[in-house]
Amino acid sequence: MFDSLQDKLDKAFHVLKGHGQISEVNVAETLKEIRRALVDADVSFKIAKQFTNEVKEKALGQEVLTSLKPGQVLTKVVHDQMVDLMGGTAAELNLEGKPAVILMAGLQGSGKTTHSGKLANYLKRKKSRKVLLVAGDVYRPAAIDQLKVVGEQVGVEVYTEEDNKNPVAIAQNALKHAKENGFNTVIIDTAGRLAIDEQMMSEIRNVHSAVKPDETLFVVDAMTGQDAVNTAKAFNDVLDYEGVILTKLDGDTRGGAALTVRTVVNKPIKFIGTGEKMEALDVFHPSRMADRILGMGDVVSLVERAQEQFDEEEARKVQKKIAKNKFDFDDFLGQIKQIKKMGNVKDLMGMIPGMGKMMKNVDIDDDAFKGVEAIIQSMTPEERGNPKLINGSRRRRIAKGAGKDVKEVNQLLKQFGEMSKMMKMMQGGGAKKMAQMMKGAGGMPPGMR
Amino acid sequence: MGLFGNLFSKEPKKEKLEEGLEKTKTSLFTKLSKAVAGKSKVDDEVLDELEEILITADVGLDTTVKIIDRIEERVARDKYLGTAELNDILREEIADLLQGETQADFKAFDASHKPYVIMVVGVNGVGKTTTIGKLAHKFKQAGLKVVLGAADTFRAAAVDQLTIWSERVDVPIVKQAMGSDPASVAYDSLQSALSQEADVLIIDTAGRLHNKVNLMNELGKIKRVMQKLVPDAPHEVLLVLDASTGQNALEQAKQFTKTTEVTALALTKLDGTAKGGVAIGISDQLQIPVKYIGVGEQMEDLQIFNKRAFVDSLFGE
Repeated sequence: MFDSLQDKLDKAFHVLKGHGQISEVNVAETLKEIRRALVDADVSFKIAKQFTNEVKEKALGQEVLTSLKPGQVLTKVVHDQMVDLMGGTAAELNLEGKPAVILMAGLQGSGKTTHSGKLANYLKRKKSRKVLLVAGDVYRPAAIDQLKVVGEQVGVEVYTEEDNKNPVAIAQNALKHAKENGFNTVIIDTAGRLAIDEQMMSEIRNVHSAVKPDETLFVVDAMTGQDAVNTAKAFNDVLDYEGVILTKLDGDTRGGAALTVRTVVNKPIKFIGTGEKMEALDVFHPSRMADRILGMGDVVSLVERAQEQFDEEEARKVQKKIAKNKFDFDDFLGQIKQIKKMGNVKDLMGMIPGMGKMMKNVDIDDDAFKGVEAIIQSMTPEERGNPKLINGSRRRRIAKGAGKDVKEVNQLLKQFGEMSKMMKMMQGGGAKKMAQMMKGAGGMPPGMR
Repeated sequence: MGLFGNLFSKEPKKEKLEEGLEKTKTSLFTKLSKAVAGKSKVDDEVLDELEEILITADVGLDTTVKIIDRIEERVARDKYLGTAELNDILREEIADLLQGETQADFKAFDASHKPYVIMVVGVNGVGKTTTIGKLAHKFKQAGLKVVLGAADTFRAAAVDQLTIWSERVDVPIVKQAMGSDPASVAYDSLQSALSQEADVLIIDTAGRLHNKVNLMNELGKIKRVMQKLVPDAPHEVLLVLDASTGQNALEQAKQFTKTTEVTALALTKLDGTAKGGVAIGISDQLQIPVKYIGVGEQMEDLQIFNKRAFVDSLFGE
């Protein structure tokens, strides 16, 4: 996600290496590099300046432990500062109102309608809420139709008044409808508007004061540049919103807007949008985002996502098999299924410390495993359990069954052999080494200890 | 600040903006002028000030450095005289990075292609469909026969949105059901435009993030399928960029160019506070001209890009 910023900071910290302690002189070049990296990542010019100044003050005042290198100390200072900047711990939604009302606001094209749908889906499935979506965008052609389609996709009722051009009245009527029909959550989608459009801004202010939302969420595109300062502030001046949804983070934007918005308005980023599917909504974790920015990888997210999808029973079985060197193709197939459940492979790889940089120029297809699966599924149960059985004629048969070349079957068998060897190694002394490597990056995932 | 007042239809709104929260920006050039007042050469203070102005307008580090280098070179060569000259040199150098010449009107394209096929591409939410609606209106006003092709079959209600625009502007639209193959819609549209002897065909496509390989490949397919009917179609690939996008726009332009050979840019939402400075770097590095700018949600709110006016707006003049 923030690959480019990671590259830059890596380079910046590299300059510091080899110095014994942090001094005005050796920190200057690094800080300049950090500031440039931040600006290049679309962090507001002023905030980047402020940020590096604060980092400098903290770093200079800091005792440098003899066991640590200045680069490490500075990394920690930058990281802590960034977490501070993005707002401490994760922030929850306030859903106390009866019904709880959520108002969506933002510029054109920031993703309000899509994220109204995602939020409805999230609240329905994860919080068991009965959600009503309200079509309050009366301006953009077909905006109401779009929300209807989205509502249908997530199985949530959509309140519309096709002939009513007054968003305030629509919102009020929708609230009445929700109360009468037992909805405990109302999400109001609104038209995109520019912060300088006084008429439109006073309209949303009127909607706001008419429905008194428990949560007003400012929806902002993660790709936003320097203008993030202006819009975040202008919307906050009018609506005093509770939180922010940062969208389109599945792109390759460096996402400086995340750093900017929080600092400018002092409101938490509550969710991030990570794809076009209705499930692609994640809770925002400032420290994870900072880890990511600094190239420390997002180990916690990865572990959590893995745990959510991982069948522990299955994992234990596989581990036992590896220990006995009996890991076979059935297990391999099982592993592929697990990985696929966890989501986009490239995203997953990007969360592993150090991988972000390596993955930068690699395209991993979501279908990358299809061919492998086809080959394994073309094996007989005996062959899967005992790969040694697979001789030349069996290879030809498997290739035919999978619609692949014999060459590809050979390749998979070779890779599988190497993987088995590696697993054996990890079971032995190699594991210790790996654990050491992982320590610096937030510890081992529980299942791997 | 006079620029937007003179050119843009939403004049009163912009005026209010400038009076209100954006006071600071208006005076940046004045600030710059002050910084050089009484000095005989461009010093670091001036350049720092300039750097801030350009970065804050999303021009980006690399391009900003390039501009500053060019200014320094020019100053060394031409001998710097005063604020007025600096202003001129600055504008000239920045305008110089922008490719192409300001075209005379909306009809200024190669009319030997009939229809002239424009494929519109971009990431999600930049304003592709709206730009197409406005563009269709401008072409029609110029006396051209326009057909629209609704090849965004993915986003909820995208076809409905373009249909409403086609009714507003009163031009024919070719569409299929949501979820159908966009390449097939493009093919149908081109066939229909050919048989109607239309002058212009505009193809809408679904918004896609440029790092999604499969979706990018789909654009290539749409192009190839159209080439079965007209070998040199599309004659224009218009990349729509949101002016509020930061440095990621550069990556967008690179990736879209790689798959579809983008030939022109449209910069939307310039009626807001965003300056769209990233377009300078894109135009310079990829040698693609900015052709249109979007300045509002109404049919009329599309203009032909004017270099000079754009550069002025960076400085809030």
